Amino acid sequence: MAAKIKKRRKRLKIGGTLFAFLVYAFIYTPIAVMVVFSFNDQRINYYWKGFTFKWYEKLFTDSDLLSYLWLSLFIAVLATVISVIIGTIGALGLMRFEFMLKKVVNTSLYIPVVIPEVVMGLSLLMLYESVNMPLGVTAILLAHVTFCIPFVVIIMRGRLAGMDKSVEEASMDLGANRLTTFFKITLPMLIPGIMSSAFMSFTLSIDDVIISNFVSGPTSTTLPVKILSMVKVGLTPDINALATIMVMVLLLGIILNSVFQALMKKRASINIKTYF
Amino acid sequence: MNEKNGITVKDKKSWFRRNGPVLSTTGPISVWMLVFVLIPMLYIIFISFMTRDVYGGIVYDFTLDNYKEIIQPLYLKVIWKSLKLAFITTVICLLLGYPLAYYIAGKPSKTAAKLIMLVMIPYWTNSLVRLYSVNLLGATNGPINNILMDIGLISEPLDMLYSDGIVVIGLLTAMLPFSVLPLYASIEKLDKSLLEASRDLGARPHITFLKVTIPLTMPGIVGCVLLVFIPSLGMYYVPEALGGGKVMLIGSLVRNQFLVTKNWPFGASLAILLVLMTLAMVWIYTRVSKMDDLEVF
Repeated sequence: MAAKIKKRRKRLKIGGTLFAFLVYAFIYTPIAVMVVFSFNDQRINYYWKGFTFKWYEKLFTDSDLLSYLWLSLFIAVLATVISVIIGTIGALGLMRFEFMLKKVVNTSLYIPVVIPEVVMGLSLLMLYESVNMPLGVTAILLAHVTFCIPFVVIIMRGRLAGMDKSVEEASMDLGANRLTTFFKITLPMLIPGIMSSAFMSFTLSIDDVIISNFVSGPTSTTLPVKILSMVKVGLTPDINALATIMVMVLLLGIILNSVFQALMKKRASINIKTYF
Repeated sequence: MNEKNGITVKDKKSWFRRNGPVLSTTGPISVWMLVFVLIPMLYIIFISFMTRDVYGGIVYDFTLDNYKEIIQPLYLKVIWKSLKLAFITTVICLLLGYPLAYYIAGKPSKTAAKLIMLVMIPYWTNSLVRLYSVNLLGATNGPINNILMDIGLISEPLDMLYSDGIVVIGLLTAMLPFSVLPLYASIEKLDKSLLEASRDLGARPHITFLKVTIPLTMPGIVGCVLLVFIPSLGMYYVPEALGGGKVMLIGSLVRNQFLVTKNWPFGASLAILLVLMTLAMVWIYTRVSKMDDLEVF
């Protein structure tokens, strides 16, 4: 009986691993194709012809893709900074204070998270058109900040909920005013949350297609929107090369982030040891 | 934007002193959300009841025609198809995501964190490039057809592109990572002793799974449905990139009303329909999970 159960467990375990492997294979196949074809010596990517670096060369020498990438990065960085500042301070305020419009603000924070992006995009387009604001970089930036703020608030609320409020009170009791307490006590405690919400905002902004497509102007477009306009006629391998580089950079970012977090943890534990 | 919400300012200095912290923290976020989210949403509702003039402008005459237009068989078919494809995508996401999440949850926490990271990495590559890779794989002269023909499994290339099937595969590549996260979160929280209790009381494994595991992880399942179903409905670039415009879904329909045919009032009414479907899903979610996860705001 026991042997039978053991055997069955083992079978289940192997089956589970195999299943997980297959799902991962499904998720990673398109990326593998992307990377492989970025090295393929052929313009139309149906066959493997030979290994080449020429698409990477083309990307850096004669391709306007990089200028779209710079614009995307510019918008993503700015959107991240603005949304993290507004979102962090806002999450703090919404948690600590009561005010008349609180319910309304809470509801509008939850709208961008749940409604389909296409509705979000067209609502912003209508807003811009009704106030005669030209579409383009500013329009995209404002849109990105709008859909990043709710995610920052979600993450920061989670962090704030787990935070010990008595430390802040102690600081105020010891004579620090609200502002000093915020910068010296609250903010340092929120750093991990700020890091992860910045990461979240950046990835949301850099990969956004749908909303940007609505509000980008004819001349200024982000990289994903540019790719969308090219995808119907077929992508050239230099886009594969660019996407490959981008995922490599992001991987590096993830690794650096985890190293940073580990270091922070180590430092925190050392600090505690010196205090006690 | 008047962020003082109509409070009359009597004594300026003391008012500021009293409300300074509240205003400085909640002021910016309140103004931003009101201007960029709430007002545009109300504006869509307003526009959806207006009339379109022949030049694509908006005439401010109240009408219900935009909503009546949705009931045309042509549009109902599009809506039905969108719901169908989004539903199929969601079911497959659950069938693939749940076992995977269960498998990951059974691993030690460090391995689990790495495995979750592995699920999320593809999300950080440009989704359109990934879609295009799916497109290349499925093309008539693409790798899959070539391999199948080389090994003699088929003699004619399969016509995979521009079909509902490849659109579902495209939606899956975009959505699968999101389905694993909420599932993992709730499976991981599952109290394993309850499963043991069920077993000790004589329940067979599949009974335990159906009667204990599934009900306890319901919040994760509904969360997954929410995260996959709603974006699938509005994701217009997937059918555009993979369906070659032959597979029309509601997202593309809405987009076209705004960016191509310039029929804003009709587009607005379709958007309202999309939002209503979304709200229905969220309502179901809050009923099922009863945790008011979304209401923590």
